Amino acid sequence: MSADSPGTISRDEVAHLARLARLAVTDRELDLFAGQLDVILGAVARVGEVVADDIPPTSHAVPLVNVFRPDERRPGLTQEQALACAPAAEDGRFRVPQILGEEA
Amino acid sequence: MELTRLSAAALAEKIHSREVSAVEAAQAHLDRIAAVDGTVHAFLHVAGEAALESASLVDAALDAGTPPASPLAGVPLALKDVFTTSDMPTTCGSKILEGWRPPYDATVTARLRAAGITILGKTNMDEFAMGSSTEYSAYGPTRNPWDTTRIPGGSGGGSAAALAAFEAPLAIGTDTGGSIRQPAAMTGTVGVKPTYGGVSRYGLVACASSLDQGGPCARTVLDAALLHEIIGGYDPLDSTSIDAPVPSVVEAVRAGASGDLSGVRVGVVRELGGEGYQPGVERAYRAAVERLEKLGAEVVEVSCPHFEYGLAAYYLILPSEVSSNLARFDAMRYGLRVEGGASAEEVMALTREAGFGPEVKRRIILGTYALSSGYYDAYYGQAQKVRTLIARDFAAAFEQADVLVSPTAPTTAFPMGDKVDDPLAMYLNDLATIPTNLAGIAAMSVPCGLAEEDGLPAGLQIMAPALGEAQMYRVGAAYEAARDADDDTPLIQRVPSLEVSR
Repeated sequence: MSADSPGTISRDEVAHLARLARLAVTDRELDLFAGQLDVILGAVARVGEVVADDIPPTSHAVPLVNVFRPDERRPGLTQEQALACAPAAEDGRFRVPQILGEEA
Repeated sequence: MELTRLSAAALAEKIHSREVSAVEAAQAHLDRIAAVDGTVHAFLHVAGEAALESASLVDAALDAGTPPASPLAGVPLALKDVFTTSDMPTTCGSKILEGWRPPYDATVTARLRAAGITILGKTNMDEFAMGSSTEYSAYGPTRNPWDTTRIPGGSGGGSAAALAAFEAPLAIGTDTGGSIRQPAAMTGTVGVKPTYGGVSRYGLVACASSLDQGGPCARTVLDAALLHEIIGGYDPLDSTSIDAPVPSVVEAVRAGASGDLSGVRVGVVRELGGEGYQPGVERAYRAAVERLEKLGAEVVEVSCPHFEYGLAAYYLILPSEVSSNLARFDAMRYGLRVEGGASAEEVMALTREAGFGPEVKRRIILGTYALSSGYYDAYYGQAQKVRTLIARDFAAAFEQADVLVSPTAPTTAFPMGDKVDDPLAMYLNDLATIPTNLAGIAAMSVPCGLAEEDGLPAGLQIMAPALGEAQMYRVGAAYEAARDADDDTPLIQRVPSLEVSR
């Protein structure tokens, strides 16, 4: 993707982003979202008006430090608990669809 | 007075003195829910049996002469459906988690249980807390008890409406950009966003991790403070939890209720008002500021020049975090799975398409865009710098004032359907609440009368520096006491009565 026109987004770009985000959006949604996202991007692009070259970014409001805890055994979920809400389970494990597609 | 009309503090007193049993209190609220929730739809799940059982344990302990587990033991509460509960479903208002029973309790849930609070059920919300009207819930909207053709605010519309409909005297919300405070303003109730890290996020299903904060909702400032002290405090299970004592907010409320604010500097934020704000909301707010002045507060005007970029920065940072956080819903370990795809990736895409609603999809796509190479610096990176500038604006303002004030939301509750297809118009609801989330500081909304053009409640927002909750609660309590003394009845008792179904 190129950055030559911030604040505008095409239907094709939305389709590409939806694929990256694992969303099987419909054609109707693409039409709808492309228009709405274009309006939203036009509004949020305003952050670019702020001169902030020498301003440090903030990723977290409170300064983060690494937090350690004592390396002690403590109970976790049982296998039964972990699998209780699985869409599919077999032999005490999560059953998942085949990971790779046909062509792989 | 009916049990459901009492404040949590008054109800607790009756329960602890054994004038009323906790079971009676729970049953009264369950009956009220049965009577009005068909109209209001504040709840996604009502846990009647569990509530009565929990209340009977409180009764048994009190009858045995054991002191109450907390000042709110036996008082019923409505829990936003974004906190995990091992004995109730947790859906976050989303189809992707329909029927999900988490294998563990959130820290907030665990603390409520330990305090003997009766959890009545789980409240409706915009899907994954994305929205300002509760219309983006996959399970249908919640209606505002003040006018059931209007929205109750969002995302915590269910919790706020439950309070205003007298279905519960206490509720829990979460506030990422205003989801506790804006619904409080829309429903004439009190909502508090504590300092980031003040209430544990363990078991709070993430929307935007650097912004999310759980907090208390109630009908009075004292009730919010009592609940705040129960849910707040350090939790080793949340690495962003603040390892410091919970501010003494109950003591602050009791001090504030005496009504003397001399020596307190209140900063009026110049940028939060004017264009885009409903005249009746602004008038109610100005009257509230005058009242604070009459109570002895020194009112000064402060300027926060970067607030005008807050909304833009927020709607880049939030979707970016959302796109990453919601990647966990992959149809493999829990939640919905739509079969029919040839591979895990296809199953994932089909499941997420079916399980997420339009606003969640929009934000995931927006966040994916803002984080993509070529756009990252211009959008996400720049938004993080604006975040720094907003925090600096606050720091400068708090040199001139102890607390800052503004209207909580630019308008009163709007009609359902008005903004649901216009995302940007919906986002503008959060104009005045977003800056505090970006800076991680504390803020609350206290009802400040009704707007004259529509007779609907408006909110006064009070903001305080990180861990400055005591001063904020003091000002809120003083204002509330003066407001109620001037009016004949507390504002919330003026909610029109709802049609009751039996």
